[in-house]
Amino acid sequence: MELYELTVHELNEKLEKKEITSIDIIENYLKRIEEKEKDVQAFVTIGEKLIEKAKQNPKAIPIGIKDNICTKEMKTTCSSKMLENFVSPYNATVIEKIENSLILGKLNMDEFAMGASTEYSAFHKTYNPWNINKVPGGSSGGSAAAVAANMVPWALGSDTGGSIRQPASFCGVVGLKPTYGLVSRYGLVAFASSLDQIGPITKDVTDCALLLNYIAGYDPKDSTSVKTDKKDYTKALSNNIKGLKIGLPKEYYGEGINPEVKEAILRVAKQYEQMGAIIEECSISANNNALATYYIIACAEASSNLGRFDGIRYGYQAKKYNSIKELYRKTKKEGFGPEAKRRIILGTYVLSSGYYDAYYKKAQKVRTLVKQEFKKLFTKYDVLLTPTSPTVAFDIGTRSKNPLEMYLADICTVSVNIAGLPAISIPCNLDKTGMPIGFQLIGNHFTEELLLKTAYAYEQEEKFREKHKPEFKK
Amino acid sequence: MAKEDYEVVMGLEIHAELSTKTKIFCSCPTDFGGEPNTHCCPVCMAMPGTLPVLNEKVVEYAVKAGIAMNCDIAENSKNDRKNYFYPDLPKSYQISQFDMPLCKNGYIEIETKDGKKKIGITRIHFEEDAGKLNHDEYGGGSFVDLNRAGVPLIEIVSEPDIRGAEEADIYLKKVKSILEYIEVSDCKMQEGSLRADVNVSVRKKGDNKLGTRTEMKNMNSFRAIQNAVAYEVKRQIDILESGGKVEQETLRWDELQGETISMRDKEDAQDYRYFPEPDLALIHISKEYVEEIKRNMPELPESRKNRYISYYNLPEYDANILTSTKYFSNLFEGALEVCNNPKAVSNWIMSDIIGILNEKEINADKIPFTAKDLGELICLIDKGTISTSIAKKVLLEMFDTSEKPNKIIEKNGWVQISDEGAIIEVVNKILAANPQSISDYKAGKDRALGFLIGQAMKETKGKANPGMLNKMFLEELNKQ
Repeated sequence: MELYELTVHELNEKLEKKEITSIDIIENYLKRIEEKEKDVQAFVTIGEKLIEKAKQNPKAIPIGIKDNICTKEMKTTCSSKMLENFVSPYNATVIEKIENSLILGKLNMDEFAMGASTEYSAFHKTYNPWNINKVPGGSSGGSAAAVAANMVPWALGSDTGGSIRQPASFCGVVGLKPTYGLVSRYGLVAFASSLDQIGPITKDVTDCALLLNYIAGYDPKDSTSVKTDKKDYTKALSNNIKGLKIGLPKEYYGEGINPEVKEAILRVAKQYEQMGAIIEECSISANNNALATYYIIACAEASSNLGRFDGIRYGYQAKKYNSIKELYRKTKKEGFGPEAKRRIILGTYVLSSGYYDAYYKKAQKVRTLVKQEFKKLFTKYDVLLTPTSPTVAFDIGTRSKNPLEMYLADICTVSVNIAGLPAISIPCNLDKTGMPIGFQLIGNHFTEELLLKTAYAYEQEEKFREKHKPEFKK
Repeated sequence: MAKEDYEVVMGLEIHAELSTKTKIFCSCPTDFGGEPNTHCCPVCMAMPGTLPVLNEKVVEYAVKAGIAMNCDIAENSKNDRKNYFYPDLPKSYQISQFDMPLCKNGYIEIETKDGKKKIGITRIHFEEDAGKLNHDEYGGGSFVDLNRAGVPLIEIVSEPDIRGAEEADIYLKKVKSILEYIEVSDCKMQEGSLRADVNVSVRKKGDNKLGTRTEMKNMNSFRAIQNAVAYEVKRQIDILESGGKVEQETLRWDELQGETISMRDKEDAQDYRYFPEPDLALIHISKEYVEEIKRNMPELPESRKNRYISYYNLPEYDANILTSTKYFSNLFEGALEVCNNPKAVSNWIMSDIIGILNEKEINADKIPFTAKDLGELICLIDKGTISTSIAKKVLLEMFDTSEKPNKIIEKNGWVQISDEGAIIEVVNKILAANPQSISDYKAGKDRALGFLIGQAMKETKGKANPGMLNKMFLEELNKQ
């Protein structure tokens, strides 16, 4: 068995027993990248002098970082021409926190995390390791594909409307979007500040808990991070979910959900029932407006957050201009891709005077309703079980021409961000074509332990990773 | 209709930089000056991924200003983003406050020529300052300096209660004085730490409806405001008199040309797309917090003034001048700690010190000696060590050298002659040299005594004790 097939907790055991060193791990991963990167193209930047670095830190574990998380040691491009050569002068807080790590590389994504297929990267597409004609999902498509292809043992992604969970689901790996405020956003290039959250993408639930141990916690540099007690999330992992109340919100099982996906998730519910959980159908009606609400709020914030890319201080600058206005116009025209532009325009529109009340303000009201409905549901249920995505990974090129269809890929994930809740995606099965199906568990604020435990119990039961491996189908 | 038939209606938006040690959202220093882009960090340079963390001192200072200006302090407040593009605004939005300002519904009282008047304060909110653009005089381009980016500001918005440039001047000076007293701002207009946007409209006297206003941005001297308002009022009246309509627009005052220049009209008014700042938490101000600040507030000018009148028996006129800035007021109180002569201290500040400041064109905050020095100077007069006229010379030297009065007197040998023997010698010498004056005096010409004393002062280079000279001349003249 190759080292790259192991999880991080398995690697840690071998490191502890001194059976291997970090150098072995790095060498093994570099070999794997050499083999598979040409098919998958998950990386924007691959780290340099990694073996020398491993020599200095013999217990270090490699990690892949989504390219919108700032690192001093290599470029942070957000997969955008705007930041093609940008090197951050500081490290994101999460980078400081994963101290015992070696950054293997920076991973591809939809430009500025806007998209659901990683096709909107300004540099290149990333391909799904299960079938390279399919997208890996997005926007953390590079992170999920790299973990699935065993090119990194684990990775950090970011999730604004499903950008960790949906690609995790498409690539058959585990992805957690933590409660808003659990993980510092300092150093995450902002897309939508009130929705963004950094989280782990891993091979299994134990690794997910382990990586969360590193990155969770209050950061004085992020005013929206929350003071919480330091926890060891791996301690929560157990098989015992007897009496756990699981709600199935019917809105997630209706129109637009692929029947095969629906069937797979209902089977998961059955398995949970057999393990002793109580399953009940429930409803969250505000969810029907969640997608529209999400796109209004996310675009509004994005239009403001992306304003700083103006060609003055860093990043791309238009070559020829005769006035400051022209510098701005050309820099943005040439530096941003179509999806970023689309969202900037949309966001600028919904914040404009005369439209603010009809769009932004109304969206904030719906946001409050969504929060309230979830709050009510969590008085009755411990966790909610839904599909992560209405479909399995789709073919490359089929949705990138139709933005609205692309937006629909987020339908199962956006409410969680709107309400600031934690949610995890776990693979459960393959569809007839051999593509992974993931399910989502949604918990109340700061119930990551319960979510991880529930996910872990299923993982122990189903053993998806042992049964299925990506085949790089062409 | 004549100019006199119009009423000028004005409102001021005053921006004051707060004198916190660090910037509003990062820990960079707020010091003025410094090489360009040296008081900067990733946060105030808006590097990707950075986040603001609110400096709590800023909230405290803004609450202090609100209390001093009789405002309601909001229990719940928040920050909002004001979006616009300009090279000195690195995030492309300014973090400000929009619909939930920290302070509302206040007023301050000013003294106008028609008596006391209240000027309403609509709101006070806090926000961050932008950077600065330095334009190369030789056409080599414009350069961004972000040292000022993120320096905290408060914006004090008045009601349209101000009638004319003179009231605006009194109001602005009063606001400046209050901010100095409560020590939240240095209010240095020349360094741009106090500047005002001035809204002006005119209407026929007796009209209740406000006229269309124009706004003049970033006025940073009292004189500029006076001139700009005078110009703008005349311009608006001329338009109305010739049957035209005043356009609502933003203007820039060109000091050199002496005219206002249109920056943008209502049509291309900026849409700032305000929305709540998602990177910062809501601000909750407890009643206890406000009470705590109230308890620790420095004494305000109004209260000091009343104390000067009732406790030190100073005329209201004196008290007004002494409390017009904290620098005079602190000088007055500091001097009194050394010499117990309020009226004398008051007179010295009001005539000599203010006179010298005006002549030398320096501000009250730049007085180069301490209040204790002034107190000692006045003590020396009271003790008869020096005469008043010598004291004036000492004061001038204190301005020039910042030396202690004792040292100046000693160095110049200015100690007053109060020795009877020495004085009588001078008196006799002057009498011997001026027989004409003696006969004049005898003939009833009192002025002759003054002349003789003057001669004696000249002889002693002003050091003779004038009271003793007076007494001894009289005695000697009456003997003759």
